[in-house]
Amino acid sequence: MMRAVTVTVNGVSHTTGVEPRTLLVHLLREQLNLTGTQVGCDTSNCGACTVWIDGDAVKACTVLAVQADGREVTTFEGISDGVSMHPMQQAFHEQHGLQCGYCTPGMVMTAIKLLEANPHPTDEEIRHGLEGNLCRCTGYHNIVAAIRSAAEGVPA
Amino acid sequence: MAVAVDTTRGMGASALRKEDGELLTGQARFIDDIKLPGMAHMVVVRSPFAHATITGIDSTAARRLAGVSAVYTADDLEFAAGVPCASNPTGQVRQPERPPLAKGKVRHAGEPVAIVLAADRYVARDAADLVQVSYDVLPAVIGVDAALASGAPLVHDQYPDNVCVVIENVTDGVEEAFAAADVVVKQTLHNQRTIPGAIEPRGVVAHWIGSSDELMVHSSTQIPHFVRTFLAICCNVSEAKVRVIAPDVGGGFGGKLNCYAEEFIAAAASKQLGAPVKWIEERSESLVATIHGRAQDAHMEIAADGEGKILALRAHYIQDVGSYLQLLTPSIAHLTLFIAEGCYDIPQVDLKVTEVFTNTVPTDACRGAGRPEATHAIERTMDALAAEVGISREEVRRRNFVREFPHPTNTGITYDSGDYDKTLDRALEVSDPAGFEARRAEAKSRGRLLGRGLSTYVEICGLAPSAVTHAIGLTPGGWESATVRIHPTGKVTVITGTAPHGQGHATSWSQIIESELGIPFDDVEVIHGDTAFAPYGLGTYGSRSVAVGGTAIHKAAGRVRDKARQVAAHMMEASPDDLEFQDGAFRVKGSPDRSTGMGEVAFRAWQGFDLPEGVDPGLDETVFFDPPNFTFPFGCHICEAEVEPDTGRVEITRYVAVDDCGNVVNPAIVDGQVHGGVIHSVGQALYEGVIYDEDGQLLTSSFVDYLIPGAPDVPSVETYRTETPSPTNPLGVKGIGEAGTIAATAAIVGAVCDATGVRDIDMPLQPERVWRAMNEGGAA
Repeated sequence: MMRAVTVTVNGVSHTTGVEPRTLLVHLLREQLNLTGTQVGCDTSNCGACTVWIDGDAVKACTVLAVQADGREVTTFEGISDGVSMHPMQQAFHEQHGLQCGYCTPGMVMTAIKLLEANPHPTDEEIRHGLEGNLCRCTGYHNIVAAIRSAAEGVPA
Repeated sequence: MAVAVDTTRGMGASALRKEDGELLTGQARFIDDIKLPGMAHMVVVRSPFAHATITGIDSTAARRLAGVSAVYTADDLEFAAGVPCASNPTGQVRQPERPPLAKGKVRHAGEPVAIVLAADRYVARDAADLVQVSYDVLPAVIGVDAALASGAPLVHDQYPDNVCVVIENVTDGVEEAFAAADVVVKQTLHNQRTIPGAIEPRGVVAHWIGSSDELMVHSSTQIPHFVRTFLAICCNVSEAKVRVIAPDVGGGFGGKLNCYAEEFIAAAASKQLGAPVKWIEERSESLVATIHGRAQDAHMEIAADGEGKILALRAHYIQDVGSYLQLLTPSIAHLTLFIAEGCYDIPQVDLKVTEVFTNTVPTDACRGAGRPEATHAIERTMDALAAEVGISREEVRRRNFVREFPHPTNTGITYDSGDYDKTLDRALEVSDPAGFEARRAEAKSRGRLLGRGLSTYVEICGLAPSAVTHAIGLTPGGWESATVRIHPTGKVTVITGTAPHGQGHATSWSQIIESELGIPFDDVEVIHGDTAFAPYGLGTYGSRSVAVGGTAIHKAAGRVRDKARQVAAHMMEASPDDLEFQDGAFRVKGSPDRSTGMGEVAFRAWQGFDLPEGVDPGLDETVFFDPPNFTFPFGCHICEAEVEPDTGRVEITRYVAVDDCGNVVNPAIVDGQVHGGVIHSVGQALYEGVIYDEDGQLLTSSFVDYLIPGAPDVPSVETYRTETPSPTNPLGVKGIGEAGTIAATAAIVGAVCDATGVRDIDMPLQPERVWRAMNEGGAA
């Protein structure tokens, strides 16, 4: 009952066999060893598993691997070049926007898309943009500050 | 050649965290990222019933499923001891046996009954559903009132009243004080059951290496050394052959301050199977497998004179401990008792804790651990006293603050230092009380009710010294270890016994080294969480790490410096007393051109020749530090909240936190701890609560039902600080990990009660509950 899927992940095409019920997050983590994407809740509440599919932020724990067949997936590992950090990663660093770091991949993946949709958000808009991502460490204060700071670096 | 050395990141600097690089690029290694060759996935079959006798387990169908390696029950795995409890406050605690896998009976929904092992995690999960367990269901007892009622079903047959322990602390003149009082206020506070809620669930990877009989265990834990000790005891293996590694740990909040059944089961299963075994907790599983917190009722009575000066406090706490005792379960409410008096000078106390078994998940330390409960109870009762006497809530506190330090409490501890007026003054100064009525009127013009609440708290950090931890019935001591090792090239390795999971210890400990040794922050590497490297460490909990572990590093660095001074003096043919140490170099006083850097000293100490008489080679010092006392951070938090009268919905419009945690190593990290701590309690105050039905089924069994607040649900937190150094340790530090959580609920509930005019409302202040309180009356 294996299905062949071809998924382009971080620019590299992978063809692999999966059970139809395999979650995308498990394809990424278990088969492709991209462990930057985390699992925190099983119910799409926490957003630690957020990746981009064809440019949209989605929760990889709620997408079947077969649904990603033929599509482009970007994971947390794919947003920087391996030498310097993405400006959003840098902003999280500079604003102390992470503590344990477990929710951070999902937060950053969501935050980048948030600013793409709304380059100069208010704090309230940032908070609403994060409603699908949970953090227990930071109280969100410095996550909001990081996204605000990243937005200030975005040309008007 | 002169090289610019960055030494701007010592004590007191908001150094950017050195932990962040890996965490921000997907290179971190959390427990589920660990894969070992031949590893089997473990899925736990759990009891669906709160109380039942197991009459049979049929694993035939599960074993037959293709890909299943094994199914084990209590009959298949050997344990030399049960799940440990290392707390016995009175020496009289009833400690029921708890086998890692249930034998005969289950006592809460979620108790482990069997395990399934398979190479594929999906197959293991499928097979778990095929294990047929037969039960005779017994009546369950849910909630302390039901458990204490006469004729209640018994959680453990041998304990005929469901009572685990009673702890009392009564002074001689309580009755007389109440008889003489002008005013007596009474209040019952319900501190609802909550979860720690780390976003990374628990997990363990156990590898029993048969050829050498060694056990290597990765666990998402706050206490790797305790896990090692209890693995050795429970799984009957030499502790010298057990290595426990806490990899990157995705939050703890007390939920990973434990030695859990699954750690022992995975280790025993690995031995039996002959392969590594991995268990990763699912979230819905976490709600029934990881400890819960709070679950405490406080029956409060304060006797005071007509001016609001307290004469006596009577506080009787009823603690729901759940079905079994986890590592520190009985001590949590004991911490409530210790800090029952709060910031106040109270002449007489009658304090009593009754801990009660119920058919629920065991409770244990959840961020704050007994102190949020104590603070909520005393602070809400102080508000009631203010109302009764007819003075402001600030004034009632000022009339009762402790002002002389050290201050011995009626509970046998001694507050080390404090200035409670200072934090209250600062909070008032920054929160604009004068403008409150205008803000209230403006809110009213929008149809909203605005209220203001405050909480003045003191808390206990760094459980120590070991003589005291022993006296209060804790098995482990209260010390911490540190190694500071200078390499021949002048770089530094610090090995700490603390076990961070978000607190930024690698950063803060590097700052301490830079200040002590003048060696740049970037030249310091911090190792933690691996028992193969570290001397025994007690881990990270109870806001202890900086006061105990940070001080251990300070002391180890001091010993390194003392030894280096002797070597340097010898190298410069000077007396050690004639050297001064500055910016990482020893200089001969009066001859500033004669200097020897720490790196040169380290190189000579490594070469080992021509050392001063009696000085051994190497620069490598280990310290075990046992502090002389706890530390007692304090502060004042002020909350303003609006209530929508038609719906009861609450919105926090301003939150001001003034905390005094002594001297500060890294202000940015301290602020971050306050932000997270406060919002944890915003969760408890407004949203969170574990709910069981009367049969002991958990109704809040996922994050759909148990509401961890998101960014739109919570306010920004304004942080301010005063600094009153602790005399308990040479760094003058106290601790900050839990302060926000301890302070916040009373300020938030106080604000909502002020807005609505209701005397008290039980948490969580969900809209329906607030609306009902406004329209039908609040809590007693």
